[in-house]
Amino acid sequence: MLLFKPGQPTQHLASWGDLVVLVIIAVLIYSGVRLAFRTPSVIEGPQISLAPTSLPWYAMLSVGRVFAAYGFSLLFTFLYGSAAARNRRAEQILLPLLDVLQSVPILSFLPVVLLSFSVILPARAAAELASIVLIFTSQVWNLTFAWYQSLKTIPNELREASGVFGLNRWLRFKFLELPFAALSLIWNSMMSWAGGWFFLMAAETFTVGERDFRLPGLGSYIQEAVAQANPHALLWGIGALIFVIVLFDQLLWRPLLAWADRFKLEMVESEHPPRSWFYEALRSSRLLRWLSEHFWRPISERLDVLLGRLAPQELQGPSESSWLGKILWGLVGVGLLIGAYRALEMLVRVPIEQWGVIVLGVGATLLRVSIALGIALAWTIPAGVLIGMNPRWAAYLQPLVQIAASVPATAFFPLLALFFLGFAGGLNIAAILLMLMGTQWYLLFNVIAGAAAIPQDLKYTTVLLHLSSWERWRTLILPALFPYIITGAITASGGAWNASIVAEYIEFGDRTVRTLGIGALIAQATAVGDYPLLLAATLSMVGAVVLINRFFWRRLYRLAEEQYRLE
Amino acid sequence: MSVPLLELRHVTQVYGTPPRQFIAIDDINLTIFEGEFVALVGPSGCGKSTLLRIITGLQRPTSGEVLYRGTVLTGVNPYATIVFQTFALFPWLTVQENVEVALKARGVPPRLCAQRAIELLDRVGLDGFENAYPRELSGGMRQKVGFARAMAVEPELLCMDEPFSALDVLSAEALRGDLLELWTRGQIPTRAILMVTHNIEEAVFMADRIVVMDKDPGRIIADLRVELPHPRPRKAPAFLETVDRVYAILAGQTQPEHVEIGAALSEPGRPRTLPNISLNKLASLLEHLAEMPQARADLYQLPEKLAISSDALLSLTDAAELLGFVTVAQGDIELTPLGLAFAEASIQARKEIFSSRIRRLPLFSWLLEMLWAAENHQLPRDVVLEALESKFHREEAERQLEIAVTWGRYAELVAYDDSTQTISLDPTGITALVQSELAKALQK
Repeated sequence: MLLFKPGQPTQHLASWGDLVVLVIIAVLIYSGVRLAFRTPSVIEGPQISLAPTSLPWYAMLSVGRVFAAYGFSLLFTFLYGSAAARNRRAEQILLPLLDVLQSVPILSFLPVVLLSFSVILPARAAAELASIVLIFTSQVWNLTFAWYQSLKTIPNELREASGVFGLNRWLRFKFLELPFAALSLIWNSMMSWAGGWFFLMAAETFTVGERDFRLPGLGSYIQEAVAQANPHALLWGIGALIFVIVLFDQLLWRPLLAWADRFKLEMVESEHPPRSWFYEALRSSRLLRWLSEHFWRPISERLDVLLGRLAPQELQGPSESSWLGKILWGLVGVGLLIGAYRALEMLVRVPIEQWGVIVLGVGATLLRVSIALGIALAWTIPAGVLIGMNPRWAAYLQPLVQIAASVPATAFFPLLALFFLGFAGGLNIAAILLMLMGTQWYLLFNVIAGAAAIPQDLKYTTVLLHLSSWERWRTLILPALFPYIITGAITASGGAWNASIVAEYIEFGDRTVRTLGIGALIAQATAVGDYPLLLAATLSMVGAVVLINRFFWRRLYRLAEEQYRLE
Repeated sequence: MSVPLLELRHVTQVYGTPPRQFIAIDDINLTIFEGEFVALVGPSGCGKSTLLRIITGLQRPTSGEVLYRGTVLTGVNPYATIVFQTFALFPWLTVQENVEVALKARGVPPRLCAQRAIELLDRVGLDGFENAYPRELSGGMRQKVGFARAMAVEPELLCMDEPFSALDVLSAEALRGDLLELWTRGQIPTRAILMVTHNIEEAVFMADRIVVMDKDPGRIIADLRVELPHPRPRKAPAFLETVDRVYAILAGQTQPEHVEIGAALSEPGRPRTLPNISLNKLASLLEHLAEMPQARADLYQLPEKLAISSDALLSLTDAAELLGFVTVAQGDIELTPLGLAFAEASIQARKEIFSSRIRRLPLFSWLLEMLWAAENHQLPRDVVLEALESKFHREEAERQLEIAVTWGRYAELVAYDDSTQTISLDPTGITALVQSELAKALQK
C-alpha cells in the first residue's frame, strides 16, 4: 500500500477541463487583486511578546487555527470529493481543477485572500480568516484526492449490498464510505497537518507593504525571535512547536492509526498491527466505556434516525438538468469570460522585460527544485531501503521519521539562512536546503514503505541466485521501489515549488535578501504590492508546475503503475 | 392457483452506443410465482447476474419493465434482497452489526435491532459469534451471516447470486441443507427464491424450476420443472436423468463445421467467441474420453471425474466442438477421430494438430492475415485490439485477444512480447503459413 498517494487521475494528459480551470484561477486571483486596491495603506500590527510564559497561549492559538483549517478541509473534502465521485459531468471539471489547485503556490494566494477579506471585515478578523484559509489550502488537496479515490474504489459488491438493503445517504456515509476511506484519510490527515505546520509561520506573519497583518501565535513568535535576533527565544519557540507536534502524534495520530486498523479491507488478520500506548490506555478505561455506553451510543443512534430522515434514499439514474441550472451555468460562464478578459488586461500591463525575468525565474527555480530532489533521492533511497528491509529498525525508526517530517523546516530556515549568507551564493544554498528539508520526508516514507513491501520470497531468490549487490539493486530493489519513488517524488517536487516563495526571498527585520527565482518574484510582488506582476508570476508558476506534472511525472507514474507494480 | 410475484416483460440490456452496441440481454420474459424456488443457469457471460440486478432494481434495463406484484418497479425493490457470492459483508463491522445495519436501514428502532439480530444469528447457528469480525470466520460462517442479514429484512423475494460457489464442498453442502430446511418448512416469510448458479447439480438439488439461459445474446432457451420430492438423493435415477436433461439443453448439439466456427470477421454480425478455457484441461478431457468405451461419455458424469465445475466443463465442451475434437448430442459427448488422434499424439504432434485446427477459425485466420501483411509480421497489441473492438465490446475484445494469444502461443503460430506489447508471427508460424500458401498454389 502506498502511504501517501498523490492524486494522479490516469485518463488524459490534458483536457478542455484544464483550460476552464486555468481561466477560473486567473479570474479568482484577479478579483482578489481588484479588492486589494481598496485597503487602507497603513495597518498597525499587534505586539508579539517573546517571553516564554506566553508560549502556551500562542501555541493554543496556533493549534486552534490549524484545527479550524482542518475542519474546513474535511468539510470541503466530503462535499467536493463526493460530488466529483458521484456525478460524471461534475467529475470532468472538478478533477482537473483539483489537480491544478494543488499546484497553485499557496503563499501567493494569501495577499489576495487577506486583502479582499480586509475590505469586508475588521483587520484582525480578516487576518485570522486569511491565515485559516492559507493553512486550509496547504491541507486540503491531498485529503480530497484521497477521499475521491476511496469512493471510486469501493468494491462493487459492498456498494450493491448497501443498495439492496436500502441504506440511506447518511448510513452509507457512516457504514460504507467513511470506514472504507478511514485509513487513507488518517494518513493523509497526518500529511496535511505537517503541511499546515510548514506554512504556519507564513500564515501568521504577514505584511503587505506598510500593512501589518501579523497574528499572535507560535509562528509569529518564531518570526519575531528571528527579527530581534534573540536565539534564546528562537530555541524556546522551536521547542514549543516540536512539543506540540509530538503531543499530537502520540495522543491523536498513533491512537487513531491503531484504532483504524479494523478498517483494513483484507479478510486476513494483519501480522504487525500498529500500536499506541495511549489507545491501549483509553481502551482499558472503565470511565470511558461507561461514557460511551450511556452518552455516545444513544446520541449516535438518535443521530442515525434523525439524519436518516433528512437524507432520502439514493435517487436512481442521472437527473436531467433543468433550464434553471442551464441559466445558472450560463451566468457563471459569462462571469468567467468577463473576469478572464479583465485578468488579461492586467497581464498586458506587465512590461516585456518583466516577462523575461519571469521566464528566467521559472528556469532558476526549476534548477533549484531539481537539485533538491536529486540530493533527496541520493540519500533517501539507501537510507529508506536500509530501514525498510529491517523490520526491527523500521518499527523504531518509522515513528521518529514521521515526527521529524512534521517538524516544519520553515522554523529553522532563518537560522540556516543567516549562517549561509556569509558565503558566496549563500541564499542559493539555503534555498535548496529549505526545499530539501521540506520535501525529503515524503520520499523517505515512500521508500521505506516500498522496501518493506518487497516480498520475502523474491529476496530469498536473489540470495539463492548469488546475485552481486549491484545486481540485486538492479534486478529487484530499484524496480520494486520505482512506483514508490515516483509517488514520493511527485509530492516532493510540488512541495519544493511551493517552498521557493519562502526560500528565495527573506526579510530580516529591515534587511531583505533575494535571489533570482519565480518564488522570489512572487514574494517581492506581494511585499511591494505589484499586483500585475503577482498575477503574472503566479500564473507562470502554476503553468510550469502543471506542465511538468502532466508531461513528466504523470508519464513516469503510468509506467510505474503498469510495469513495476508488485501484486 | 399461485399468484405471480415478479414479472419481467421484454427486458433488454444493451451496452455501448451505436454503432458499437452489444446486447447483453435480449428480450427476456419471465414470471416468478409465489411458492417457487427458481434456479437460473447458463454459461458464464450469458447475463444471469445482470438479470438478477435488474430484478432487484439495482440496475435499470435499457428497455422493458419489471413488475412486482403487478406494479412497475422503479428503484431498488424493497421486498427483495440478495445473498452475494462474495458475501459482501462490511469487514469493519462485527457479525451482529452487519445484520443490524440492514435493520437500521429499514428504520427498525435501535433497541429492537440488537434483539432481532441476535435472534437471526441464533437461527443460522452463529450464537456466540456476535462480536466476531467477518475476517475471523470461515467462508461458510461468513455466508451464514449473509443469510442472516438477508432474512433480517424479511424479504418476499430472496435472490441469491451463486451463494455457495465461494465455499468449500462440505460447507456448501451443509448450508444448502440448512436453507432448504428453512424454505420447505416455511420457517421464513420468503415467498419465492431465485438462485443464479452455474452448478447444474445444485440447481436440480434445490430448485422446483430451472430456467436455462444461453449467451450471445443472453436469452432464455428453456424453462423446466423439477417435480422431485425433497430431500433429493443425488444418485437416484430420476435425479440423474434431470441433470442429464439440463446438460443436454446447455451443451446443445454439435452443428456442421461451417455453422460451428461461425462467420468470418469481415462479414457483418457478431462472430463466434473463443471460450475461455485451460488448454491443459482440454487435453485431460480428451484423454479421459479416449479411455472410455467407444470414446464417449455422459456429460453430467464428467465434472466429478475431472474435478472441474459444470461451468468449466461446458466451456471445454464448447472449445472441443469448435476445434472438431468432439461431437455433442443429447447430453452425450463423443470423441471424433481427430480428437482421438490428438489424445494419443506426442507433445509436438499435438501442437501441430492444434495449429492446423485453429487456423480454420475466423478469428485466427483474420489475425494471421493481419500479421502476415504487417511490416516485420508484427503489430502493436493496441492496434489489434482496436480492430477487434468493431466486433466485440471492450472487455470481450480484450478477453478474446488474450485467449487468441494463449492458443496461438501454444500452437507456435503467434508470439507476444509483453514489454513492448507487440503481437508477432512465430517463425514456426511463418513456415506453416508459407507451406499452406504453397500447397494452395500447387493445387491451382
